[in-house]
Amino acid sequence: MTGRNLPPLSLHVPEPSFRPGDEADYSSFPMPVAGAVRRPEIGAAPAEMRDLAYDMVRVLDPEGVAQGPWDPRLSSETLLKMLRSMALTRAFDERLYRAQRQGKTSFYMKCTGEEATSIAAAHALDYDDMCFPSYRQQGLLIARDWPIVDMINQIYSNRADRLKGRQMPIMYSVRDANFFSISGNLTTQYPQAVGWAMASAARGDTRIAAAWCGEGSTAEGDFHSAMTFAAVYRAPVILNVINNQWAISSFSGFAGAEATTFAARAIGYGIAGLRVDGNDALAVYAATQWAADRARSNHGPTLIEHFTYRAEGHSTSDDPTKYRSADEGTKWPLGDPIARLKKHVIGLGIWDEDRHAAMDREVAEQVKAAQREAEKNGVLHDGLKQSFDPMFEDVFETMPWHLEEQREQMLEERKAAGI
Amino acid sequence: MNMIQAINSALDVSMERDEGIVVLGEDVGYFGGVFKATEGLQKRYGKTRVFDTPISECGIIGVAVGMATYGLRPVPEIQFADYIYPALDQLVSEAARLRYRSAGEYTAPITVRTPFGGGIFGGQTHSQSPEGIFTHVAGLKTVIPSNPYDAKGLLIAAIEDNDPVIFFEPKRIYNGPFDGHYDRPVAPWSRFPESAVPTGHYRIELGKAKVVREGADVTILCYGTMVHVAKGVVEESGVDAEIVDLRTLVPLDIETVAASVKKTGRCVVVHEATKTAGYGAELSALVQEHCFHWLEAPVQRVTGWDTPYPHSLEWAYFPGPVRLTQALKRVMQD
Repeated sequence: MTGRNLPPLSLHVPEPSFRPGDEADYSSFPMPVAGAVRRPEIGAAPAEMRDLAYDMVRVLDPEGVAQGPWDPRLSSETLLKMLRSMALTRAFDERLYRAQRQGKTSFYMKCTGEEATSIAAAHALDYDDMCFPSYRQQGLLIARDWPIVDMINQIYSNRADRLKGRQMPIMYSVRDANFFSISGNLTTQYPQAVGWAMASAARGDTRIAAAWCGEGSTAEGDFHSAMTFAAVYRAPVILNVINNQWAISSFSGFAGAEATTFAARAIGYGIAGLRVDGNDALAVYAATQWAADRARSNHGPTLIEHFTYRAEGHSTSDDPTKYRSADEGTKWPLGDPIARLKKHVIGLGIWDEDRHAAMDREVAEQVKAAQREAEKNGVLHDGLKQSFDPMFEDVFETMPWHLEEQREQMLEERKAAGI
Repeated sequence: MNMIQAINSALDVSMERDEGIVVLGEDVGYFGGVFKATEGLQKRYGKTRVFDTPISECGIIGVAVGMATYGLRPVPEIQFADYIYPALDQLVSEAARLRYRSAGEYTAPITVRTPFGGGIFGGQTHSQSPEGIFTHVAGLKTVIPSNPYDAKGLLIAAIEDNDPVIFFEPKRIYNGPFDGHYDRPVAPWSRFPESAVPTGHYRIELGKAKVVREGADVTILCYGTMVHVAKGVVEESGVDAEIVDLRTLVPLDIETVAASVKKTGRCVVVHEATKTAGYGAELSALVQEHCFHWLEAPVQRVTGWDTPYPHSLEWAYFPGPVRLTQALKRVMQD
């Protein structure tokens, strides 16, 4: 004690607005108006667009009509393809979540409510642009038309799993779809994406990189290293922060959301920062396209905060009713990305309720068929899983003596056990 | 050539042969590195192949992994091995496991160069030997040269290797071999045959140890600076020791190690890192597993103490001639 007559200090520990039992009330949420945010030239200096890191790019108005300078004016074909990919992703999540509950695999993670942040972004990128995803970007693979049976094989770690049963479910790696191997360690993919983009630039390539992380993991050192490198070398990279409000049970305030926006992280680094309505597929598309054009024209990186909501739990190992208000998701003021895009295309006269219902049935059937196909290769616990032989492969390019020795030991062990 | 020149030559020769090789790190570009290992490379190969980086070890290694994923072959420098810890996750969880976790779809052929070890009054933040941490990680190779000729051949092999390699450079012997007598002048490398380094391309295969002195009574397993400490002690003590310079810790040349211990029946392992759970523990266990029936005495470990590296008491920490001599006496008594 100093002996001086000072009031005691107090420590601020953030607390979310609503907890279980509370009624979620978003009446004080400042609802940004669709079409109201300006769209700078792609070569504009980051210092001239600081407002965009605090505002919110929205295209779809409450009636589902596209508004303002960020309207990407997409073809009917693209709009319907995005809608279908989003519906397929949701159906995929539903079915594989149930498969985990049925004991067919150990773990699953849904991206419900966040589909636009992957799918609209994937449509705005070129297929050969390199994606460095986090674990909730299954929409990227679906948007890139990667066979979902391959994804299910990975989730089941079965004998057709190209990753040889080595990764947790949903930790895909698909080089052919320019989709990087997912790490469970958070935000490690951020500096890697920047490095890939730097290499592309150094070699005079035309391809760019994009990375995704959650708002919670912007607290990781890797995020800040990546931002520094991206800014310093003007790397042709798009750094996406999926602000879905929750990092397991910790709300976004624990990553700094009470003090500022995540898009505003860009400002301190001299990077272009955009805050986007992540439940508005057109806004996500437009922002990604703008950032991609900017990167491709050597104007450097863009940080995009996708303001969205994690409508389900963190994973199958999580129970969100234990830490957040039950009606938070349904009252989320920015709505559901699929419902909003559906309203838009119906308004354009290129879609209707009947076709939508038929599509929902089709994608459900498509997932069901793929699941049946995958199950022919086994599920996690039924003995049809990976062969043991490759367990010691790929640690190094060629197997050194100590791994050979351990492999022999394992084979003897299995022989002794009569397996 | 001294070791710095040999390392510089290895980088030069490699970069000339393969356009995919890039060098990055703090101060490596215009300035040529604080130890001058990358001097002249930026001028020769341009700023997009040799460039300075922000002071962010995590960023340096993370970016290098990304560049490797693109198809380049990065050679990042961590200015002192003591600073490698912020990059540990990128090395341990990413570079090391990328091939395995993606079933070979992605690889990280990076070679991380980093000066390590004490004896330069670097205090606790410029003296550590963290090699044991990396040898514990599945998927990383760990290489430590002890002289200019080996440094060049091993570094070229490391850069050409398709796995991630941590290349530890014993900075105490950059300019000349050091026998552990800190109060005696150190002779420059030019007086030793290992300084005869060819200017062109050659490789020393990873995973091959070298018997630097043949002997009958005891095997000394060592690497880096400790090779020279061992040589000095053997010369002074008259013990007929066989000195094995491991050169690569992972993969280890178990054949050479086991053959030597079976021949001598005694073994002393020497390193500068702290003792508990250090690489010497692994060597002792391997010798016990492979050579138990040939051993005539317990394996002795000569190491740094289990304390941080103290600045003023550096020479009390350093496993020098006295500590090694005592260990040799102990092992020979049994």
